[in-house]
Amino acid sequence: MKLYQPKSTAEALHVLAGESGVVPVAGGTDLLVHWPTRPAEHDKSYLDLSALDELRGVRWGDHELQLGALATYWDVIADRQAAAELPLLVQAARLVGAIQIQARGTWAGNIVNASPAADGVPVLMAYDATVVLQSLRGREEVPLAEFYTGYKQLRKAGDQLVVAIRVPRRAYTVERFHKVGSRRAQAIAKVGLAVTQSAFGWRLVVASMAPTVCRCPALERLLTSGAAVRAPDELLPAISEDTSPIDDIRSSAEYRRRVLARVLFSALRGG
Amino acid sequence: MPLPIQFTYTGDAARYRCVGTLRWTVYSPIVQRLEGLAKLTGRERYVDDVPLEGFLWGATVRSPAPRGRITAVHFDPSIDWTQFTIVDHKDLPGPNVIALIESDQPVLAPGYVRHMHEAVLLLAHPDRAALRRAVAAVRIDVAAEPAALDFRLAPRPDQIQYGPDNVLKHLHISKGDVERALAAAPIVVEGVYETGAQEHVYLEPQGMIASVEGDVLVVRGSMQCPYYIVKALKHTLGRDEARLRVIQTPTGGGFGGKEEYPSTIALHAALLALKSGKPVKLVYDRGEDMAATTKRHPSLVRHRTGVTPDGRLLAQDIEVVLDGGAYVTLSPVVLSRGIIHAAGPYACDHVRIDGRAMFTNAVPFGAFRGFGAPQTHFANERHMDRIAARLGLDPAELRRRNLLRDGESTATGQVIRDGTDRQAVLERALALADYDVKRARHASFNASGTVTRRGVGVATFHHGAGFTGSGEVMLASRLHVAGLADGTIEVRSANIEMGQGTLTVFTALASQRLGIDPAAVRIAEADTARVPNSGPTVASRTAMVVGRLVELACDDLRRRLHVEGATGETVRAAIRRWHLEHPDTALVAEAAYEPPPGVVWDDVNYRGDAYGTFAWGAYVAEVEVDLRTYETRVIDFVAVQEVGKVLHEVLARGQVQGGVAQAIGWSLLEECRWKDGAMANAQLTNYLIPTSDDLPRIRVEFLETPYAYGAQGAKGLGELPMDGPAPAILNAVAAATGADPCVIPLTPERLMQMIEGRMQNAELGTR
Amino acid sequence: MSDSAFAIHHSAFSVSFTLNGSPVSVDVDPADRLLDTLRYRLGLTGTKEGCGEGECGACTVYLDGLPVDSCLVPTYQVQGRRVETVESLAPKRLDPLLAQGATQCGACTPGVAMTSCWILDHPDLLATHTVRELLAGNLCRCTGYDGILDGIAAAMQVRP
Repeated sequence: MKLYQPKSTAEALHVLAGESGVVPVAGGTDLLVHWPTRPAEHDKSYLDLSALDELRGVRWGDHELQLGALATYWDVIADRQAAAELPLLVQAARLVGAIQIQARGTWAGNIVNASPAADGVPVLMAYDATVVLQSLRGREEVPLAEFYTGYKQLRKAGDQLVVAIRVPRRAYTVERFHKVGSRRAQAIAKVGLAVTQSAFGWRLVVASMAPTVCRCPALERLLTSGAAVRAPDELLPAISEDTSPIDDIRSSAEYRRRVLARVLFSALRGG
Repeated sequence: MPLPIQFTYTGDAARYRCVGTLRWTVYSPIVQRLEGLAKLTGRERYVDDVPLEGFLWGATVRSPAPRGRITAVHFDPSIDWTQFTIVDHKDLPGPNVIALIESDQPVLAPGYVRHMHEAVLLLAHPDRAALRRAVAAVRIDVAAEPAALDFRLAPRPDQIQYGPDNVLKHLHISKGDVERALAAAPIVVEGVYETGAQEHVYLEPQGMIASVEGDVLVVRGSMQCPYYIVKALKHTLGRDEARLRVIQTPTGGGFGGKEEYPSTIALHAALLALKSGKPVKLVYDRGEDMAATTKRHPSLVRHRTGVTPDGRLLAQDIEVVLDGGAYVTLSPVVLSRGIIHAAGPYACDHVRIDGRAMFTNAVPFGAFRGFGAPQTHFANERHMDRIAARLGLDPAELRRRNLLRDGESTATGQVIRDGTDRQAVLERALALADYDVKRARHASFNASGTVTRRGVGVATFHHGAGFTGSGEVMLASRLHVAGLADGTIEVRSANIEMGQGTLTVFTALASQRLGIDPAAVRIAEADTARVPNSGPTVASRTAMVVGRLVELACDDLRRRLHVEGATGETVRAAIRRWHLEHPDTALVAEAAYEPPPGVVWDDVNYRGDAYGTFAWGAYVAEVEVDLRTYETRVIDFVAVQEVGKVLHEVLARGQVQGGVAQAIGWSLLEECRWKDGAMANAQLTNYLIPTSDDLPRIRVEFLETPYAYGAQGAKGLGELPMDGPAPAILNAVAAATGADPCVIPLTPERLMQMIEGRMQNAELGTR
Repeated sequence: MSDSAFAIHHSAFSVSFTLNGSPVSVDVDPADRLLDTLRYRLGLTGTKEGCGEGECGACTVYLDGLPVDSCLVPTYQVQGRRVETVESLAPKRLDPLLAQGATQCGACTPGVAMTSCWILDHPDLLATHTVRELLAGNLCRCTGYDGILDGIAAAMQVRP
């Protein structure tokens, strides 16, 4: 194992530019799972971000909330303004593992890990978050909704580092989050849902329903049209258009589809 | 509401007699959990915490297939294998057999495997990381043969691997004439019930350290039964007991999972230590522990019950099938306990119970808290609610009418005459749970049309304490109490502490029996070089059976000192005086198990007194079901049980709350996903046990009818709370939703299929 | 770019941090987890491994005052930081947990004790969180959690 411990972001970018396949490490909550029994992982190169203080924390600007690449779930849970202004972030963060994971896990890590079942990504996407990438070549911003190109496929080059996540400050008329796990705490989502409505329109984001966390254009169109939805099953055609759930050890495709319809129906009715 | 129970309180915990009514709990003054502070501060040293110098880590290379001949073992040439100690079946000095009920299970697969993860090779190396790479660098080729993977299906000829039909054990109970009674019954209700496997998830994974000290092979580790391991080592290694020593380290949970399996790890560690000449530590990580060790037996139970229109049981025809897995292990006795409890705590003149444990190429199933009874109680108690629904009776009323009364007999013909009012146990649970009020409230709540439904469910059940039938006689347990020169005493038994409170309870029993300060009582480490064989720490027998031996050995001590009946300083002074008079001599008193008088068991025909006594329970669960997600949440739980005598309030309550929590997990959350007869979800991320946020407060109450042959009147308690929750919860789900769920774990996916499946079969697919 | 600007490690190197109030330096491999460093290098075996996947919480320690699963912390990340283990807890604080039956087999207990004391040290959290939610990262298979919850409640009564 080769370990880089840079003291600045610039140094970190040099490492990424100079060697391919280097894995950045923030909170380690994904990377270290079952670590001793995965010796192949010990042969890789790692880039420890933990000393890069400039990537820490939660910063409120006039028009946006900026989450540093090292901002943890707990940073947001403990931020009173987040609870007041972007409550879905807090709701989702509280359902990521438990306090031990919330204290270490980062929003950026959740984005880069690219799990289709991610808990942090749906709410960020529903708030129109942007991923800020930095490399020696310069800075690039990618809307989170366009960040995934397929299962575990990112619009991020090997030399680029996620340095921040920008979340616009907007007035929302609808904000809903629902996670269906196999138990109340510390569960991986079987169905995840985040919904917002603002002057910029509807955002409807699902997790565990497709190879990536994704927005649902057909459902968003349905909501935008203002058509009356009288029963959950009326949402199923649009759900089928937007999603491609699978059977796995955690649940079944059919369960995911039906439950999404009910949970969404209920969320739209204010439940 | 007035309680229909006579209140009998003598205020004198020492003077018990059976008064034919339920007694309210009288708690005696008691010591706090003795090792509790060491556990809370992290000072308690478990097997992986024992300081060790110059040792090797051990590891196991396992079968990649469920059945077949091993055709080749490849060692990756990039590794220097001379640095490793390597053991296979050819290194065994004696029979390649793990000595248990049958001699069918090899220590290391001898060229043929019968289940996934079966141990084939052992490796040891000083560096754990290097060892893990080495395990991954061994490839075992298996010429696959047809595996039997579904115990519910009759095996094809090419799947038969045990006897003529893959039946590991067949047992039968018969009382009266079931066929005639069923034919004459005005109403017959049928049902089929299934339960899944359950992983123990003791928080401390299994582990052993083996070392050769002088001429003696010493094995230390996490275990429930030190003498099982002595027996297994003796048989396979061909060493006499003088050259074997087994020492239990503090055991971080067992629940049956550390009953028989530790013998395998002990043998593996011992083989590596003997070959390498160094101490070897073999500690499983969670993934290996979940994949390779035993689980609760999956079950399928069929009921056919004749009843009268007013709900009297006329005939019970029951068929029990268990998945035994690839070796016999303890399946015959699990089946035995399962069928004995299968007809429930009810009076019925005509009962037939047929039980089979099936061979499959699954990782062998084994002991787990309840030992077959939770499976059959689940079926029977769910079936009682199905009967109640058919008759239009309140499920509580159906039970009220059929619960055994003193003088009536169980399925094996055991006449129950213990003075317990079982109807009163039920009434107390119903009253505590506010059962009638809740039923009425739920009816209006459920009619209000929200997305949730609520329901309440009951289960009444029993659990026989101690070994079944003549098992305790065959164990012939012995226990020592030594008087030491300083006037203190030491209790020497092979019964271990694994969280249930053995150390505390034995200390309290000895101190109360002799009237001496608990600080003057020591419980010896369970070290087979020092303690006699008081039997395994299983079957809810420790407090009742072995605790009684503690009392009797205390009496024997006083007899030897000629101070019979004396207490306190008189006894301690007598001990000191004895040592002055007998310098350099040990003062060891002994007690040996003797069966209670009048207990008769016919092991051939399965008739008679299956247990010396039963504990009785009535549990009430209240659930809320979310019709959007089909998630079931237990929102209230009442556990009332009659256990003879509560020896320690905090410990006893903890046993019930923990058992109920484990059973709630089994009912709703815990699902083993199978691939090739092994767990496909062998991680705590994917096999979910309840967190604090998934459980309600578990409300516990005890009733006491002292049992004359248990310590201070105690009956077994540890397993009882595993029996009632699953049916109570599913009965509550049935009440809430109108569904009739018969399978656990009742995951949201299953409940959705059950409720919506009929309407939308086309969309649901074939699963 | 010059390598001297920051560290590159291929093999064992020294990590310094504050452990239970005292400075400590220990040679570790880059692949070492904090859990293993504590248990096998520093002899602090109170911290237990229950799963190695951040589910059970038996390995809970405080890192800069927050409870974390030490099985998921690379040791190299505690350089210059503050780590507290179960060995740092004052036994007196644990009496209410003992009295209420918060421990049975004890394998989850060190982690439970750490999280419980952390909750007791941060009573303000109970304005937004329940004790059950805060404790959900510590799996216990013995108690059904009631003994732990009762212990925490009793300890809150003891507080001034």
